[in-house]
Amino acid sequence: MSLVVDVRQRLGTFALDAAFTAEGGVTALFGRSGSGKTSLVRIVAGLARPDEGRVVLSGDVLVDTARGVFVPAHRRRFGYVFQEARLFPHMTVRQNLDYGRWFAPKGARAENPACIVDLLGIGDLLKRRPANLSGGEKQRVAIGRALLSAPRLLLMDEPLAALDEDRKAEILPYLERLRDEVGIPIVYVSHSVAEVARIADRVVLMNAGRVETVGPASEVLGGPRLVSAAERREAGSVLSGRVEACDAAHGLATIRLQGGLPLVVPAAGVSAGEAVRLRIPARDVMVATVRPEGLSALNILEGTVEAVEPDGEGMTSLVLSCRGDRIRARITAFSAGRLGLAPGLPVYAVVKTVALE
Amino acid sequence: MDWPTLSDEEWTAIRLSLRVSTVAMLASLPPGILVALALARGRFWGKSLLNGLVHLPLVLPPVVTGFILLVLFGRRGPIGAFLSDWFGIVLSFRWTGAALACAVMGFPLMVRSIRLSIEAVDRKLEEAAGTLGAGPVPVFATVTLPLILPGVLAGMILSFAKAMGEFGATITFVSNIPGETQTLSAAIYTFTQVPGGDAGAMRLTLVAIAISMAALVASEMLAQRIGRKVHLE
Repeated sequence: MSLVVDVRQRLGTFALDAAFTAEGGVTALFGRSGSGKTSLVRIVAGLARPDEGRVVLSGDVLVDTARGVFVPAHRRRFGYVFQEARLFPHMTVRQNLDYGRWFAPKGARAENPACIVDLLGIGDLLKRRPANLSGGEKQRVAIGRALLSAPRLLLMDEPLAALDEDRKAEILPYLERLRDEVGIPIVYVSHSVAEVARIADRVVLMNAGRVETVGPASEVLGGPRLVSAAERREAGSVLSGRVEACDAAHGLATIRLQGGLPLVVPAAGVSAGEAVRLRIPARDVMVATVRPEGLSALNILEGTVEAVEPDGEGMTSLVLSCRGDRIRARITAFSAGRLGLAPGLPVYAVVKTVALE
Repeated sequence: MDWPTLSDEEWTAIRLSLRVSTVAMLASLPPGILVALALARGRFWGKSLLNGLVHLPLVLPPVVTGFILLVLFGRRGPIGAFLSDWFGIVLSFRWTGAALACAVMGFPLMVRSIRLSIEAVDRKLEEAAGTLGAGPVPVFATVTLPLILPGVLAGMILSFAKAMGEFGATITFVSNIPGETQTLSAAIYTFTQVPGGDAGAMRLTLVAIAISMAALVASEMLAQRIGRKVHLE
């Protein structure tokens, strides 16, 4: 499957001019609010018409303004999860879930509805009405409803933005299972670095209606390319590794990164041998030129400075290479100067926090 | 005074009124929904003209509306002649004509009620239904219609009530023929015009009150049941 989007649209003073392609897995459209992510994904869904451009899914032309082609939303078979759940209030949860199946072509019906209901943990809600569900439950039902319509592509427009932190934490694991088990390509719209780092394989970074960068999540979320100051404060490294050992007594796990470095991470519920993703916020990495001693930090990694980039607001963004794994650090420009940090200099990275995604 | 017993003529008037009102209400429902949809959602030339036309019976004196109907739908009127020549349908001085007069008089009330409820429907839900594969007609049938049902019901009740009470347009268009076009209101009016008719007028008045109350209570209960389903969110 490959989704090719190349569209232009004017909305008042805002101009959208964006092109990207998405392969399987999760592609995130990432950028601050007002950058045109939602306008773009609505065009992909067929809920809005571009002034000009093309949308093609695996050779199936859905929009081509040059040839006057526009396939309406209900013939595209793209699942859409909105920011608000948009469940039908006059139907039960079960009827909501079944809604898309009425219209899906016979050959394309989701093979095992019970599996999706289980995966989203909504089996106990089937007889209830949307009004009696919590925000997180509603959103899970909305995701299930979109999946059960047997979509060729799943579009998720800030599905967690309307939820509080607890509800987000409740749904994120389901989204990860979705990515790993269902196998439908997903376009995921979000302005949250943490969400995108956790879910996305590839990131399309948008700014002011244009695509700024496209690349693997670990690169785009790294730092200087992020547009706003708020995003840069949230920037960090995304690393993958494998659980090597678990220390249940202390609630810690040792993760061996791809390059061979071990990291000790507070972790519950992982087992040895499991593949995991880690996120290290750049602001939580300190840099020392000599090996520090007597620190509470568990992870002190040896590496070399690979790049030093000014990052605005008196900050400097560093890329440290630690046996091949790139870790980003964000320190003040003053400290960078005082330590004389320059590419090639051997340093120690003190990692204060590591989030196991 | 033996008021609990009604004469055959009075029964006829009551039955006729119920039949005329029911037919008027049901016949104006499909066009009522279509016009309400057009006014709530449509963007077309002449929209305010259509709006004015629909509301005209509400502001015109009923006698004027009745006279216009007589001119248009009378045997020699342009529409009336066409209907009787091609389809053998005659409306003037028939109970069907009374139903037409009642439908026209109740139409603005029905359209207003349905239009308001259509405007209150969250179009985001219709959009969501579209992304799930439902075309415009299924979306209307499965999402919009169930959500506007309380408004449709209220519109039907208003139309029915208007028809039960309609007098001016009906008597002008189809006259006051016992057994054919003499509705409850016309029968009461007739009683008041003859000496000693007061008792008959009172009997029919009590019947009219009873029917109106029953219709109101029934609609209230129905609306509540539907409303519980629809307006929880």
